[in-house]
Amino acid sequence: MSRRGWWLIAGCVLVSLAILAGCGRLWQREVQAYIEAPFPAKLSAWHLFTAHSPALQPNRGVIPYDLNTPLFSDYSDKFRFVWMPPGTSARYADDGPFEFPVGTVLAKTFAFPLGVQGADKLIETRLLVHAKTGWVALPYIWDNRQNDATLQLVPDPVPVKWTDRAGKPHDFTYVIPNANECRECHDNQKVLLPIGPKARNLNKDYAYADGAENQLVRWNRLGYLQGLPAVSTRPIAAKWNDPGSGSLAQRARAYLDNNCAHCHQPGGQAGYTGVDFRLTQTDLAHQGLCKSPNSAGEVGALRHDLVPGHPDESILIYRLESTAPKVSMPPLGRDVVHEEGVDLLSQWITSLPGRCGGASDRTRLP
Amino acid sequence: MKRASWWAVCGVLAGVFLLSSCARQAPEDFQKSLQEQLINAKAGDIVNLPEGKFHFDRTLSLTANGVTIRGKGMEKTILSFAGQKTGAQGVLVKASDFTIEDVAIEDTAGDGLTIQGGTNIIVRRVRTEWTRGPNSANGPYGIYPVECKNLLVEDSVARGAADAGVYVGQSENVIIRRNRSEFNVDGYELENSENLDAYENVATHNTGGMGIFNLPNLPKQGGRHVRAFNNQLIDNNTSNFAPKSLGPIYYLPTGTGMYVMAIRDVEIFNNNIQNNNTVNLYIINYKTGVDEDSLRDTAASPITQQVFAPEDKRFDPFVRDVSIHDNDISGGGQSPDNRVTGVKVLAAALGGKLPDILYDGIVDPTWGRGGANQGQVCLSANGAATFLNFDAAGQMKHPVQDVKQYGCSLAPLTAVSLPQSTGNTAAGQK
Repeated sequence: MSRRGWWLIAGCVLVSLAILAGCGRLWQREVQAYIEAPFPAKLSAWHLFTAHSPALQPNRGVIPYDLNTPLFSDYSDKFRFVWMPPGTSARYADDGPFEFPVGTVLAKTFAFPLGVQGADKLIETRLLVHAKTGWVALPYIWDNRQNDATLQLVPDPVPVKWTDRAGKPHDFTYVIPNANECRECHDNQKVLLPIGPKARNLNKDYAYADGAENQLVRWNRLGYLQGLPAVSTRPIAAKWNDPGSGSLAQRARAYLDNNCAHCHQPGGQAGYTGVDFRLTQTDLAHQGLCKSPNSAGEVGALRHDLVPGHPDESILIYRLESTAPKVSMPPLGRDVVHEEGVDLLSQWITSLPGRCGGASDRTRLP
Repeated sequence: MKRASWWAVCGVLAGVFLLSSCARQAPEDFQKSLQEQLINAKAGDIVNLPEGKFHFDRTLSLTANGVTIRGKGMEKTILSFAGQKTGAQGVLVKASDFTIEDVAIEDTAGDGLTIQGGTNIIVRRVRTEWTRGPNSANGPYGIYPVECKNLLVEDSVARGAADAGVYVGQSENVIIRRNRSEFNVDGYELENSENLDAYENVATHNTGGMGIFNLPNLPKQGGRHVRAFNNQLIDNNTSNFAPKSLGPIYYLPTGTGMYVMAIRDVEIFNNNIQNNNTVNLYIINYKTGVDEDSLRDTAASPITQQVFAPEDKRFDPFVRDVSIHDNDISGGGQSPDNRVTGVKVLAAALGGKLPDILYDGIVDPTWGRGGANQGQVCLSANGAATFLNFDAAGQMKHPVQDVKQYGCSLAPLTAVSLPQSTGNTAAGQK
């Protein structure tokens, strides 16, 4: 073959490669949802993010969100994103989580300020995927170089050592739940469900790249949410650490709602205890007021879940202040005590009127 | 050296290296790979565990149906949870068609083996143990199936539980056989369960041997139809070591052979119940069995009043239709547990000792049955066992010592049969 022929072939190959590469990039630009096993080993295969340093950059259609009162997770920073297949939307629900379409991906990334000058280091990204057969939980663990995260059904614990803004040192072992343990919190009557994305928790402004907007409004505007009712009827949970957002009781109950109610509600893993911490449960007796526990748990010498005026006599506080396996609540996903959360609930219990009857009533003793 | 020799040396070295690296497998690796195996398990899978002692620092869980976990023997394959950091249970199963056999679970923070809400469950030759012996900081339960259906627990061993060694709660169609329970607070607790056979079990050196009862405040009520036969409940005199926080069990008198509380349709026969120092057999109403503090607390709790109201007929505190026959009951009540107020008062009134069989005689006034034995508690052919109805409802004013007044008989209860039970299903048939 002539030299010219060789050049021609080489040129064709180069052009083909360039086209292929271009296509590859085009494919990569769209989120790829997997709705049945096997699920990809790498987080990058989902194409949820276009970059992850210095911060996670969502891909097209991936919307960041946060919650009025989040679950406490060892003081980690959390970055939440939602994606739904084009043309689909979630159905609004007043109380429980929205009804998300098949293919929905909820991504929550946990990070600690372990990097240079307190920059966040990504630890894990948990995907909740609405697969064909229902929701599945997929824990992806970030590699040390922060290049990508790998699906690990049984992740190793991570030693975490950092200093917060107030100068307080944190040094503990962060335990990442395994795929079975995800269900301990997310199962309700043996069905795995999302916990956070409820109307009352999403009903807040978020500072998007193009400006602040109410999350429910934005989801609705972008076609991710249908059935949104009038503004006045949308429930709103208090922000646990913002006194401007609600009364002490409202903030305490919002904290219990999103930290405890996923188990402590009828049908939840701890429904049998009779305690219902949902914000919609307005009867304090069902939230443990003067209630003695009916199941075996390590409660010291204490007799009641909530003793009005006496946080130190309340089992709720005793268990939130512990990190021992038999005692601590929640039993999973908390390896350090949430001091500020305990303060809030203690203040609330101190403010409760009345007293408990029964055998432990100290006021009867001389 | 020739080149071939170099190769040989190299091969040997490589072999040694490989072998040593296998032997040095880190304990976390076993924990992790086993947990992975359980998460990925599919129906029909058998997860084989090798011989050896393996350390775990967090709960091992299974949610897939149809899985078998099989060790090499309960003295050979040991899952040790000493120093457990995460989760309270050792092995936590929320699945059906599950079998676990030939394995030991030791020193868990909370319960040893929990099986929740499963159908067709077999626990076979499993040992749960707290190796330091009786201690109030031990986990409450050894083998703990709850809300199960078609459950078989056999040839297993439980030691050191701060509540019950072998517990069955809120379950249906159950066989508990040939197990050994010792050095626990309670040997066996058969609670709020229906259609249950317990036979050829041994309970010794516990605080109490076996309890057959219903408790309020639990979702499943109405436990009944329980047969206990060919069991050995002997010398259960280990001082009660339950922490107060565990509730009523704290008040179980040390030296209780068997107690039957707040339940109906029970048949107890061919058992040896001997040398239990408070009482060999205790037949009681819920209020007699549960301490005043607990009762007052429960009654005062607003949630009890709303959710489990006292008039809620789902809970029946009375005991009735109990047939107790052909047992060898002897040597009981020689040194009653004075720590428990009711026992202390009774023993003082009787000169410091108690009879083999105690019945509180409390009957529901609304039954309206005539005669001295409205509760149909029937006792016959129990050797020389001494007896007392201490008339708890009437402030002990009309005690009855003559067991012949209770010489009625009830129709035998039918045997339990399980789909997964092989052999011995006819055991205990007369």
